[in-house]
Amino acid sequence: MSLIAITDVRKSFGSNEVLKGIDIDIARGEVIAIIGKSGSGKSTLLRCINGLETIDSGSISVEGAQLLTEARALRELRLKVGMIFQQFNLFPHLTAGRNVMLSQMVVKKTPKDEAAEIARNMLQRVGLGEKFDAYPDQLSGGQQQRVAIARALAMQPIALLCDEITSALDPELVAEVLAVVKELAAEGMTLVMVTHEMRFARDVCSRVVFMHQGRVHEIGPPEDVFTNPRTPELQQFLGMSQAA
Amino acid sequence: MQYQWNFDWLANYMPVFVNGVAITIELILVGAVLGVCLGIVCAWVRALGPVWLKPFVAAYVELIRNTPFLIQLFFIFFGLPSLGMKLTALQAANIAMVVNLGAYSCEIIRAGIQATPRGQFEAGASLAMTPLQTFRHVVLVPALQRIWPALASQIVIVMLGSSVVSQIAVEDLTFASNFVQSRNFRAFETYLVATLTYLALAIALRKVLDGVGWVIFPRRKV
Amino acid sequence: MAQFTVFDILRNLLLATQWTVVLSIVSFIGGGLVGMLVLFARISNRGWLRLLGRGYVELFQGTPLLMQLFLAFFGLALFGISVPAWLAAGLALILWTAAFLGEIWRGCVQAVAKGQWEASASLGMGYFQQMQHVILPQALRVAIPPTVGFSVQVVKGTALTSIIGFIELTRAGTVVTNATYQPFLVYGLVALIYFCLCWPLSRASQILERKLNVAHSHH
Ligand SMILES: Nc1ncnc2c1ncn2[C@@H]1O[C@H](COP(=O)(O)OP(=O)(O)OP(=O)(O)O)[C@@H](O)[C@H]1O
Ligand SMILES: [Mg+2]
Repeated sequence: MSLIAITDVRKSFGSNEVLKGIDIDIARGEVIAIIGKSGSGKSTLLRCINGLETIDSGSISVEGAQLLTEARALRELRLKVGMIFQQFNLFPHLTAGRNVMLSQMVVKKTPKDEAAEIARNMLQRVGLGEKFDAYPDQLSGGQQQRVAIARALAMQPIALLCDEITSALDPELVAEVLAVVKELAAEGMTLVMVTHEMRFARDVCSRVVFMHQGRVHEIGPPEDVFTNPRTPELQQFLGMSQAA
Repeated sequence: MQYQWNFDWLANYMPVFVNGVAITIELILVGAVLGVCLGIVCAWVRALGPVWLKPFVAAYVELIRNTPFLIQLFFIFFGLPSLGMKLTALQAANIAMVVNLGAYSCEIIRAGIQATPRGQFEAGASLAMTPLQTFRHVVLVPALQRIWPALASQIVIVMLGSSVVSQIAVEDLTFASNFVQSRNFRAFETYLVATLTYLALAIALRKVLDGVGWVIFPRRKV
Repeated sequence: MAQFTVFDILRNLLLATQWTVVLSIVSFIGGGLVGMLVLFARISNRGWLRLLGRGYVELFQGTPLLMQLFLAFFGLALFGISVPAWLAAGLALILWTAAFLGEIWRGCVQAVAKGQWEASASLGMGYFQQMQHVILPQALRVAIPPTVGFSVQVVKGTALTSIIGFIELTRAGTVVTNATYQPFLVYGLVALIYFCLCWPLSRASQILERKLNVAHSHH
């Protein structure tokens, strides 16, 4: 059984239909890369999976449980599926350690000491063990993004959604974040990531989804998608991104 | 306890209210036009004007913004005549409102001027305009456009604040309602009617000011 | 008639100033508490509560404070109690202050980046948890300068309570003027006293604002 089942999902903003019937099944432990042009609906799809946007029709289920809009069900889902944002979205008034502890304490009611312990471990895991007491504005972009990953991991999700998590970073900081993601993949974490890092997608992902105008235009293992693009749109997209 | 509402008197006293509304409108019309003009001059001084003038304008602005309008009004109406300046109540009210709005709009407009990109001044200078010409023709209108919503809010606040001019016997809407309630012994209903009238005036004034903004600013981004 | 010295005048005015100060503090604190309710109504996810909050703000920001004072004074009288001026004054000023503070704070809450709501939601927090741990702590920092700034409006607003007969600084100014026939001096002094009350608050607000803008860090 698939871990995340996306079936005929449609979503419009006003008269602009952004997702026009998306079907993807994601198995446990898969690493999915979503690629496509700007405006093709990649972010919207991820946000729908996390319930940040409501879908107009179709269904999304995680571990067999339907994604509902009712607040309690939504929070259940979000305990299972974490999300990392392009702009990090760390809480600026809290230290890195506190950022990681907060939701454990208020959502899971983990006792403070235990939460701190977990936070320390998670920060260690992303290579920031010594930054526990640093505030977000004292960290580089790459470090902030790694704290955000640690924060999501602390909730022990079964899958992580990553929306262009390296796009706001200076080029020299991209690698340190991707290294963390690669490690997560190796440990068997289910990952769905929107990315422009084609090499990373080729090396790490089990499948690549090419979105075009609100549809899944091509889907398959990276070697097929990258070396054997079947549609002119994907050929053009890959040509473009190689040139870029 | 059962209170008997009574609005029967309203028809009889309508002319009094209408007269009061007219005075209130006149007050805010004069106050807004002259007050904003004064504000523009003061804002120019504070942002770009001669250094020796700045402290005077700053003192004026601080003084007005940190004292109640009612006291400013009393000072002008009761205090100035002892220096030989005889004023009618209406003149005193007009002056007080212009002076008051002048100080507030000075600060608002100054913020708009200071948000002007440097390049605008340089472009003006490179076209051989004097600083004052650059201000007048290049900087001022976009600056006003930037802060127009804030300025409109301030004008509405000053209009509502004008209700205290009734205290020096200017026959505005508040004065009218004081008069009416002393005749009909229906204080609560009378002030309720006046309050709702002010609310309508505030909403209408806001709309008018939005409209004015629409007309005087060509619709481009600043 | 006894001759009043400047000292006599000042002493009388300062005696009344304490009531201006007391009324200001009561109105500000009371207004802050009610303003909290207004804030939560304005940002609630229940439509009817938002509408109610909005109506409240429109009403109190769209009508003169003087009218609100009159309505409080004569409205309370409808309940058959003879209303002391301080009660009507306090009530009206509290409700009026609440409308403005609630609206200022709403602006601060809405200035918190949307990503903060999304990040905390994606971590499974509910509305109140998001508010308590993520949104309000950030909004509070931004809220302090304009809140201090509004206290100036409250102090100035208390001047209007003289009109319904509350004896404070402005009222004392009128009384002393009637006794001394020196309006220029007396109202000048009254203005000066108000200035001494308000200006430090204005300055504090500006300084806090600048600090917030310069150092958006915690250290
Ligand atoms: N909240 C919103 N309201 C209205 N339209 C939206 C909203 N969010 C996204 N859109 C529109 O939906 C379309 C898809 O947006 P989306 O952000 O999903 O694209 P994307 O593939 O992630 O692009 P990018 O690579 O630029 O991030 C765009 O046309 C965008 O304008
Ligand atoms: Mg996107």
